[in-house]
Amino acid sequence: MLIALALLVIVVASVLFHLVTPWWTTPLASNWKQMDDTLAITLAITGLFFVVINLFVAYTVWRFRHRKGQRAAYEPENKRLERWLIGVTTVGIVGLLAPGLAVYADYVRPPADALLLEIVGQQWQWRFRLTGASGKLGGSDARFVSGSNPLGLDPADPAGQDNIIVLGNEVHLPLGHPVKVLMRSHDVLHDFFVPQFRARMNIVPGQVSSFWFTPTQPGRYESMCAQLCGVGHPNMRGFVVVEDDAAFQAWLKQQPTFAATLAAAAPAGAGTAGGSLAAQGRSLAQTKGCVACHTVDGSPGVGPTWKGLFGKTETLVGGSTALVDEAYLKDFIRNPKARAVKGFAQVMPQIELTDDELAALVSYIKSNGKPS
Amino acid sequence: MSYVDAGAHHAPQTFITKYVWSQDHKVIAVQYASTAILVGLIGLVLSNLMRLQIGFPGQFAFINAERYYQFVTMHGMIMVIYLLTALFLGGFGNYLIPLMVGARDMVFPYMNMLSFWVYLLSVLVLIASFFVPGGPTGAGWTLYPPQAILPGTPGFEGGIVLMLVSLLIFIVATTMGGLNYVTTVLQARCEGMTLLRMPLAVWGIFVATILALLAFPALFVSGVMMLLDKTLHTSFFMPALVSLGQATDYKGGSPLLFQHLFWFFGHPEVYIVALPAFGIVSDLISVHARKAIFGYRTMVWAIVVIGGLSFVVWAHHMFVSGMNPWFGFFFATSTLIIAVPTAIKVYNWVLTLWRGDLHLTVPMLFTLAFILTFLSGGLTGLFLGNVSVDIPLSGTYFVVAHFHMVMGVAPLLVVFGGIYHWFPKVTGRMLDDRLGKFHFWVTFIGTYLIYFPMHYLGVLGMPRRYYNYENYQFIPASAHTLNAFITVVALTVGAAQLVYVYNLVWSTFRGRRADGNPWRAASLEWATPNTPPVHGNWGPRLPVVHRWAYAYSVPGAPQDFIAQDAPLEAGGQEPEPPARPREVPT
Repeated sequence: MLIALALLVIVVASVLFHLVTPWWTTPLASNWKQMDDTLAITLAITGLFFVVINLFVAYTVWRFRHRKGQRAAYEPENKRLERWLIGVTTVGIVGLLAPGLAVYADYVRPPADALLLEIVGQQWQWRFRLTGASGKLGGSDARFVSGSNPLGLDPADPAGQDNIIVLGNEVHLPLGHPVKVLMRSHDVLHDFFVPQFRARMNIVPGQVSSFWFTPTQPGRYESMCAQLCGVGHPNMRGFVVVEDDAAFQAWLKQQPTFAATLAAAAPAGAGTAGGSLAAQGRSLAQTKGCVACHTVDGSPGVGPTWKGLFGKTETLVGGSTALVDEAYLKDFIRNPKARAVKGFAQVMPQIELTDDELAALVSYIKSNGKPS
Repeated sequence: MSYVDAGAHHAPQTFITKYVWSQDHKVIAVQYASTAILVGLIGLVLSNLMRLQIGFPGQFAFINAERYYQFVTMHGMIMVIYLLTALFLGGFGNYLIPLMVGARDMVFPYMNMLSFWVYLLSVLVLIASFFVPGGPTGAGWTLYPPQAILPGTPGFEGGIVLMLVSLLIFIVATTMGGLNYVTTVLQARCEGMTLLRMPLAVWGIFVATILALLAFPALFVSGVMMLLDKTLHTSFFMPALVSLGQATDYKGGSPLLFQHLFWFFGHPEVYIVALPAFGIVSDLISVHARKAIFGYRTMVWAIVVIGGLSFVVWAHHMFVSGMNPWFGFFFATSTLIIAVPTAIKVYNWVLTLWRGDLHLTVPMLFTLAFILTFLSGGLTGLFLGNVSVDIPLSGTYFVVAHFHMVMGVAPLLVVFGGIYHWFPKVTGRMLDDRLGKFHFWVTFIGTYLIYFPMHYLGVLGMPRRYYNYENYQFIPASAHTLNAFITVVALTVGAAQLVYVYNLVWSTFRGRRADGNPWRAASLEWATPNTPPVHGNWGPRLPVVHRWAYAYSVPGAPQDFIAQDAPLEAGGQEPEPPARPREVPT
């Protein structure tokens, strides 16, 4: 008996919960209203089945619960009823599938005039590339990846020279213009997900995947990685700023071309002076993914910020303290599991570095200042 | 047939041959089930640990990100493979098939014994991965390369190797068991037990076993290939990579190839767990509603059709994987077609209840809870199977809620119901009713409270497999409160399972004595001359079957059930019995 009541309460409470829930889709900021519509259709049809069937079970349990002398009916089959039920279900399924596939037919055909945006996922940060004057993206390959060329673009490909490179984790897009997103990774799987845009796709090393959307609301949106990519997965965050075309063009002008980044990197690569050791370290921090967890502006990250880290006295788990000097940094980077700093999860992976690279990295950390 | 005699002549003599190196399907079933439940308890603890971090981030210092991902991964793999698959096929399959089809044992008893010991070995290798340097793998239970074998993922050193080796061993065990179950169903049924007289529990386990035999090889080869990629640096799944700034020597492989192989196994795996549950629940409903299962033949066909279709839907797990997006049309359509036979099963369960004589026993309560839970999880599958609805929901907590409802909680409710139902046959004693009801209510209501609101976090866009969600603007504070609530409920449900384990142990030794057929069920396993059945099951003569397993409340019959092996004259034949009964040999 209690079970009939419980089923009834669950159905009623679930419907009520749905009506008052504070948790639902984020405000839509792209053209994919159709996806929200198919979600609503699906919810209505499946919700109806859920409510009707469960209420029927609740009533049945109450009505036909065992009482003394009761005997069940004998009706092993009812072909007519079964055919009806198959028919009704099929209609319901078609009602779900048809609008779903119609929307999907739009999703797989990006508009021809779409802006090309390349997103490169790397453990655990985002980089972006846009087309320059030629409107083309140049070729790329994992073997070209280096500190001065983190996107792995082919330096010999003329089409790539004017490409716009965005090395930060924030990209800007013009309002109301369709964007075809092309995605690459040089390490593991990722997924570029902005809930407000609805559209998304996994990023798969060794191939280019793609999707498209049109931003329809100005704003600054959080993007995150939605395909497990290692311990730093939840830290792989970025931003998409949607703004009017004038603001977008102004932002675009500030971003370097690929040719410009190559030219800027050339003297640093050749130099051996002390100043460029830190510069090498800075580029290493980018390519090895350190910057995903360690900020240089003092803001909190997964690991300690590098601003003012050198010379600081860290408290370790267990209460002991340690002075952050060159030996400490080198040893920590070589053996990240050897000790745990209080207040930080012990998640840093062991990263292969040559002695020279390690020296450069430590020099860069050092260059971020002493504690104030 | 010779194996029948062999079974009778080689009754085990010593404690070792009777309970340890046993070739008796009933002992092997208990060995399988006990091991699966024990390893399942580890999976349960892991889930509670991960919930502690999600509900109260940072409060438990020992749950760092690495451990969190290890808990997530091992929880998933343990529950899907080492608990549910092993319990349904190795536990229920082993116990029920010979008894339900009237056989003295599995047709290959020695291989059956090996199957268990190899399964145990796979569990030990799995557990060993907790103790190797770097710990167990934290790649997620899907073990997607490249990250599964690269630095930056916990357990990439030794954990992933032991995980893959354990899976390969498990598949060997499942194959040995599976060949046995299929052959026994096809070859060792007693006189009169036509295929269309078998209980639906046997049908579900039988078809699930065929799925396992066809699907696990895909996992096997992908496991071997990943091991080669990891140890010998082949490049099956590994394209040219720069891992944490370090160039690797991989080139030319495809991570998507692994995903196709994994889900070609992984989707049928859902039904390897679900079909036995479907079958068992059908039998529980019929017995405790005292009513013939509604539309038996439709139910059989639904099981077969679902099993077949389950091999052509796998890429619905990959709608946003980066595969050719045009595949989406096919896989969305095939996926939604599966909903039709599945819905029919739900209707038929419900219609079996209609005008029944419902005994609200503990097994029946679990059955009713299963219907609601499975319905909920099945319907949300229509969201995720419909490609354009799936795109924003993919990889979010909506997915987590969906698959826990449909292939976690729902099959487990059947496991519980099934164990409460068959426990008296296995041990000769009843499980305690009051503890059973307590366990039922906490589990049923608790799991619904855990997973129903979780869907909404997914619609909001909260991605799964996140160690924490600090400083996300789109996630309101209330979502974190909800997560804390879910964690508290999860801990409660987890603790209630200890009551269940206590009930199992206590009742095995102290439970009320059961007679041979306490639920007055018609199927053959309740007609054994001894309870618990002895080695060889049937005494000197094998049973002879004259009707289907669902002769309940037949008009005119003196009792409200007619056993399958009652004389022909007792009536209660299936709607369209075989035209000419097979001759009974003298």
